[in-house]
Amino acid sequence: MSQKNAAIIADKLTKRYGDLLAVDCISFHVDEGEIFGFLGPNGSGKTSTIRMLVGLTQPSGGRASVLGCHLPGDIYLARRYVGVVPDISNLYDELSARENLLFMARLYGVPRSQQNSRVDRLLQDFGLYERKEDHFATFSRGMKRALTIAAALVHEPRLLFLDEPTTGLDAAAARSLRSLISGLREKGLTVFLTTHYLAEADMLCDRIAILVRGRIVSIDTPEGLKRLVQEQSLIEFSFRGDVSGRIGALQSFLGELQASLLDSSRIRIYGGDPPRIFDAVFQFSRESGIGVESASTIRPSLEDAFLQITGLSPQVMAADKGSGKGRGVGR
Amino acid sequence: MGKVRGKMMWQDQMRGIYHITIKDMKTYYLKPPAISWGMVFPLAWTLAFYLRNPGDFAELVPGLLAMTIIFSTTAAEAVVINFELRLGTLERLLLAPLSMTAVLLGKVLGGFLFGLMMTAIVAAGAVIYLGLKPDFVGLALTSLISLMVFSSMGALFSVAVREVFEAQTLLNLPRFLMVFLCGVVYPVSALPEGLQLLSRLLPLTYTVQGLKASFLPIDGTVFIWDLLILLLFLILFLLPANSLLQRRFS
Repeated sequence: MSQKNAAIIADKLTKRYGDLLAVDCISFHVDEGEIFGFLGPNGSGKTSTIRMLVGLTQPSGGRASVLGCHLPGDIYLARRYVGVVPDISNLYDELSARENLLFMARLYGVPRSQQNSRVDRLLQDFGLYERKEDHFATFSRGMKRALTIAAALVHEPRLLFLDEPTTGLDAAAARSLRSLISGLREKGLTVFLTTHYLAEADMLCDRIAILVRGRIVSIDTPEGLKRLVQEQSLIEFSFRGDVSGRIGALQSFLGELQASLLDSSRIRIYGGDPPRIFDAVFQFSRESGIGVESASTIRPSLEDAFLQITGLSPQVMAADKGSGKGRGVGR
Repeated sequence: MGKVRGKMMWQDQMRGIYHITIKDMKTYYLKPPAISWGMVFPLAWTLAFYLRNPGDFAELVPGLLAMTIIFSTTAAEAVVINFELRLGTLERLLLAPLSMTAVLLGKVLGGFLFGLMMTAIVAAGAVIYLGLKPDFVGLALTSLISLMVFSSMGALFSVAVREVFEAQTLLNLPRFLMVFLCGVVYPVSALPEGLQLLSRLLPLTYTVQGLKASFLPIDGTVFIWDLLILLLFLILFLLPANSLLQRRFS
């Protein structure tokens, strides 16, 4: 581990909630100035990891340090330099956008002489200046998210935790927020981003840790993760009917090769010898009576790498995207 | 280095407590529902007793003040923590360089400060209108400690339950029990023996005694005991509130 300029070091970090092992002995480091992605489906331990790193909950085992401050002892010191954006937009409905940011600035001890200028600049940067006197309650979901991020930046942190920043936003709002997050890199901020949007992680992150059932199964750059599957063939088949109930039968033709169901009539098969794959699939097609509509070899994406590494089906992540999540950082 | 860190942390906590208090005053307390519970309700209640049994209104002043203290401090205190826990805004406070105890104290001081404003208005009105000459030191000490006690009681109820409405509903039981049993409207000595014993277990009894002692000077030793017992209640409410809040996050 190169930990010389590490903003975060986690060493065998573990979290148990009763019998549930939420985070299972994970170790990683995040370099200063990088955008580090924590990718995984709901319940994989992303939020629990953030909760431990910001001191909202005690680890059950292992050690961590944030900006050189050892946890949990130095957590109050670390929090002076850390901004956190939970997965819910939790500012005060009764306060205006400006009042919310001013309250946060005061809470973090921003010098009085800088409070107004800093708040106004953030409101402008996030496109909320025109609505600065409006109550938080009147904002759209995207505006609430933007203001919540602005509130986490008001004390000019060195490290920003972003928990599912774009969940529940429409495409335009999500794109706008991603552009704002991308801009944080230019300011030299270290960003720890949890997401279950693979494209978002691909677009924003310098490195990505893939978390499944509380364990890190891989850490690499997005390109590095994609390379894992690029050397293998990846063939997508579309069928003329529903094959979702017959994936077991198909698998028996494929042997050790892995088939992932994309939707009820589409599958992807990773690795292996293409002629053998075609043989197996057409044999399945004949025996099941479900014709093959099309077949194509495709360039692997981060999603393919993720599916290959985790063995999860895309439906798991798709279901997460629709669920909007149920657990916040502090609950 | 350690001393500098310690000083920084101490400053962080103090600053946080102050700003949470001020923010809570603005967002929760200086609003019509809190004001009506804190001042209008005790005034209407006292007036009702006065009209039913007209006599020396001055005798009702300690009870009126005691009611103002209990209702103003608990008017919103019983809901703000629970409310913020549900909205996730309490979590945001805990992400600042603040301890959970500091956040709780900020919340408790919000109720305290609002109660102090309401009590000061009612006390000043009563003293000026009726021309009373209380022992101001005794009045201030009893009021300040009691305001902290009942604000902490509100906080305890707020963190002890999951739903916002549960806190208010549950809190009505001790609130109204205390109004009837603690000498607010009926002297404790006029109650049956069993209820007199029960009244000794309720903090408002000592608030009323302290306030009565401030308006009608009595033995100073009794007065000091009232204050000490109130301080004990303060600890009995604050410690479990803090521990329950910690548990909500663990």
